[in-house]
Order: sequence, then structure tokens, then C-alpha cells
Amino acid sequence: MRETFTKGMARNIYYGGAVFFFLVLIGLTVDTVNRLPATDNRENLTEEVAAGKRLWEINNCIGCHTLLGEGAYFAPELGNVYTRFGESTEAIKAFIKFRPVDGIEGRRSMPQFNLTDEELEELAQFLKYVDGIKTARDWPPNIQG
Amino acid sequence: MKYESQGVAKLYFIAAIALFVGQILFGVTMGLQYVMGDFLFPEIPFNVARMVHTNLLIVWLLFGFMGSAYFLVPEEAERELFSPMLAKVMFWIFLVAGALTILGYLLVPYARLAELTMNDLLPTMGREFLEQPTITKIGIVIVALAFIFNIGMTVLTGRKTVINLVLLTGLVGLAVFFLFSFYNPDNLVLDKYFWWFVVHLWVEGVWELIMASLLAYVLIKVTGVDREVIEKWLYIIIAMALISGLVGTGHHFFWIGTAAYWQWLGSIFSALEPIPFFMMTLFAFNVVNKRRRDHPNKAAVLWALGTAVMAFLGAGVWGFLHTLAPVNFYTHGTQITAAHGHMAFYGAYVMVVLTMISYSMPLMRGQKAANETAQKIEIRSFWIMTLSMVAITLLLTGAGVMQVYLQRYAEDALPFMVVQDELAIFYWLREVAGLAFLTGLFMYIYSFFAKGKEVADVA
Repeated sequence: MRETFTKGMARNIYYGGAVFFFLVLIGLTVDTVNRLPATDNRENLTEEVAAGKRLWEINNCIGCHTLLGEGAYFAPELGNVYTRFGESTEAIKAFIKFRPVDGIEGRRSMPQFNLTDEELEELAQFLKYVDGIKTARDWPPNIQG
Repeated sequence: MKYESQGVAKLYFIAAIALFVGQILFGVTMGLQYVMGDFLFPEIPFNVARMVHTNLLIVWLLFGFMGSAYFLVPEEAERELFSPMLAKVMFWIFLVAGALTILGYLLVPYARLAELTMNDLLPTMGREFLEQPTITKIGIVIVALAFIFNIGMTVLTGRKTVINLVLLTGLVGLAVFFLFSFYNPDNLVLDKYFWWFVVHLWVEGVWELIMASLLAYVLIKVTGVDREVIEKWLYIIIAMALISGLVGTGHHFFWIGTAAYWQWLGSIFSALEPIPFFMMTLFAFNVVNKRRRDHPNKAAVLWALGTAVMAFLGAGVWGFLHTLAPVNFYTHGTQITAAHGHMAFYGAYVMVVLTMISYSMPLMRGQKAANETAQKIEIRSFWIMTLSMVAITLLLTGAGVMQVYLQRYAEDALPFMVVQDELAIFYWLREVAGLAFLTGLFMYIYSFFAKGKEVADVA
């Protein structure tokens, strides 16, 4: 690099830029969090949904599925599964409940998690709540996720 | 090696390479599960294999960063490490905790592991990359604090170079942002938003500081170019990394229920994210061309150049490919993301650690550089691993483009699983490339044991 551009100038750009944009990120974060009530479907965030989220976590569902596009790409997107399953929590529950223990020969298969009926209901309610989150442009692009 | 205490790095590097092998073994397992869905089912279902694959990657990179810091910091600070003993103790604690966690993933169902580790007290498990039991996360924080204390005391009581200070900043940032992994609200949007404060601010933020400082260190050593010149580059590269990367976090906030303005902010700032990586490539080639000596460790020079190029391609170009909101609308959460993830992690972080290992291992074994045969094998392993990763990335990109079209773009969009069947050929070829990568990795390991003619000492 040219001599006129000194190390001191480079250092100042680093410190100045880092501090400035970190503050910008904090400011935007505050604003984003303040706007969340309009989109994050918190009115439907019940105890049951919270319990469902915990089940979602402790069974590592994200290890195969995406949820709002984040996760693994081995199994279908579940952010809109409630819509895709005809807005039926019963259909979601039945799908999870009847997974064969030993899988399906030659095919990908979801494990049998042996959830109780109560747990199935919680998990289904969680997925219904996620479906109610207002994502920008109503992502995903279509019902297939 | 100027200071005896630098030698603790060897332990860290050996562990890093061993865990790297584990990571790739699980990688090829998952690759096969993509096309033979019942492979190892239900013993090792895909989600478990993936968790092991990604967690081993994170853990071995952390071992690599720590080993690199222990090697580099004393030399830069011109003093022995503050406490070599603490470094050794922390090594064993981290290794045992890491091994137990991985065994936990493999030996008991994940829900049972959550129960055994009392996840209910402070639920943090079950989020991508942060699957570790809460107790392991607390262990990571303790190890990180002890490590930063050790490194920090060495830096602050010794000669303060730009490389040391940037590295220390990066390491402190790594520890600080990890604390967000303990925040797990029931509100999914909030959860996702702050999850990125660990994941994005690590890999597209503070890790870039670590990477750039390691690369700068090796380049000073192997080229003999004036420190002033290299430090100026280092500052401007990390300046661009943070200027683009901090608000660039927004490219993760397009479709998770956050405000729509992120589509603009995220697109604009993340479109700048390739710049620091491009500068890193310019920097590396520039200083190697202006080198004042021909270092006998040719393998290390190749790794350093390779890191710059592959980081630019993987993190820069493949990131840009799908970072603009109108594109990302279709590609978000498809094989395109997987393609980018593979090449970015390999190019930026795997390769920079291997660069450090390549440079420092011979010194810790009492040589200037590995013998000629060993270097030849190492260089060949560089090409096999790198080209295999290019192949994996291209194949996953192919799969991703087709997936986007069939599942998201076409008039009559097809269901996910139907589309996956259509992509089988890409996945099979990717598996072949994965096995080639594994072969390259074994060759890399063999290079440490190969006997041959010692290199001429031209340095």
C-alpha cells in the first residue's frame, strides 16, 4: 500500500469503524425488538407452546429439519407445516406418532420419539404458533416450504 | 521455536487433527444417509450424526485457535507463556469435556441427555450448533476464561504487537458472544435473532480477527516482509470485516419474523462482506511476491495462500451468491446454504488452522521445516482436500439450484422429499468427493510420519 496511507490511519479506521457499526447494530437491535410484537405472534405464545418449544429442542428436531429456513436440510421445512397439513394439528400429531421404530427400508425416516399424547399436543401447538409468525413476504415462497 | 512454553501448542494441534478425522468420518456417514436414508438407522440417525459433525468442527477449530495462540503469543510478546501449566490443565479439561459430550450424543437419546444434564434448570440445548448440554457450555466458558487470562497476561506483560492485540480482541469477542448461547427465550423470533449473535458474530465477526492475525503472523515468518507493512494490511482487513460484518448480520434477519428493513440493510452490508476476504487474497499474494527470503517450509506458504483464496471463494463469493434478499427469498435453507457453509468453513477456518500447524509443527519438533518427502505428501494432501472441497461445493450448489427450481420456483412446485429424490445424483457424487477428502486427510496425517531428506537451510 502507498506510503501516504499510514498504519495509524488504518488503525483508526478499524477502531472507529468497529465501534460505530457495533453501536449501529445495537441501535437496530433495540428497534427490531420493539417492533416484534407486530409480527412474532406472541399473543399465541401459551404455556403449552413454550412446552412444545422445549420438546422441539430436546429432541433435536433442528438436526434434520429447517424452521423458518434455519437448521438442517435433510427433512422438510416446518415453519409452515401447519398450513401444509391442512391446518390440522391432528395430522401433525398423527405423523409424528406413527413413525416406524426401525425406519423405512432404503428411505429417510423420522425416528420414533415415543411422545405422550400430551407432548404431541404441545409440539403440534408449537408448530401452529410458528406458522402464525408473520415473516416478511410471507416466506416460504410456497406451501412446499 | 524461541520459547519453550510455545510447545504446549503441540498437544492442542494433535487433538485438533484427531477430532478433525472424527468430523469427516461423520461427514461421509451423513453424506451416505442423504442417499441411503436407512443407513445406520435408528442407531445413529441423521440428526445425531450432524450434531457430531458440526460440534466436532467447532471444538477442533477451538483447539486449533487455542494452540495457535499458545504458539504465537509468547513469540510475539517476547516472553514465556504466563502459565504453561494452566494451558496443559485446560487442555485436558476441554478434551475430556468435549469427548464426554460427543459420547453423550452417540450413546443416549438426545432427550435423555437433556434430562441427565438437567437441561430444565437452564434450557439451552437443541438449537443448531449450540446443542451442547448446558453444563458443557458452562465448561466452555470456564476454559475460555482461563485461556484468555493466560494469553492476556502474556500479551499485557510482554511486547504488544498488533498481531497479539488483534488476536486477543478476537478471542475475547469469541468468549463474550458465546454468552448469548445461554439466552433461550420461548419467543422463537427473539431466540433466533439472538442465536445469530453467537453464530454470525463468531464466524463473520470476531473469528475473522483471529483468522487475519494468524495469517499475518505466518506471512511475517515465511516471507520476512516488514512488520509495518503487514500490520497496516491487517488493520484495514479487519476494519472492513467489522464494518461490513456487524450490520451484515442482517442477512439472517430476512425471513424470521423481524422487521422488513433488514432486507435492505442485510443485503447492502453483506454485499460488502467479500471485500475483507478479497483484500486478504491481495495481501497474501502481495507479501509472498515481495518476500525477502525463501522459507524452507513451502507447504506452510502454500497453506497460507490457499487460505486466502479459498476463504474469498467460500465465504466471499459463495456467500454473496445468495446474500441479496430477492435471491435469498428462494435459496434460504436449501442446499445452496450447505454449499456455502462447507467451503466457507474449510477455506477460512480449517485452512488457517492447518496453516498454523504446518508452520509451527516442524519448529516444535526441532526442525526448520518438515523433510522434503513429508512436505511433498503434505502439499499433495493440500490439493486433494482443497479440490475435494471445491467439488463438494459445486455439487451441492448444483443440487441447490435444482432444489430451488423444483421446490420453490416452478409453477407446480414439488414436495421436499420428492425433490430430494431428484437430487440423488448430486448427492452420490458429493459422497465420492467426501471420500476423496477423507483420503486427503489421511495423507495429511501420514505426512507427519514420513521420513526423507532434510530440507536445505536457506532461511
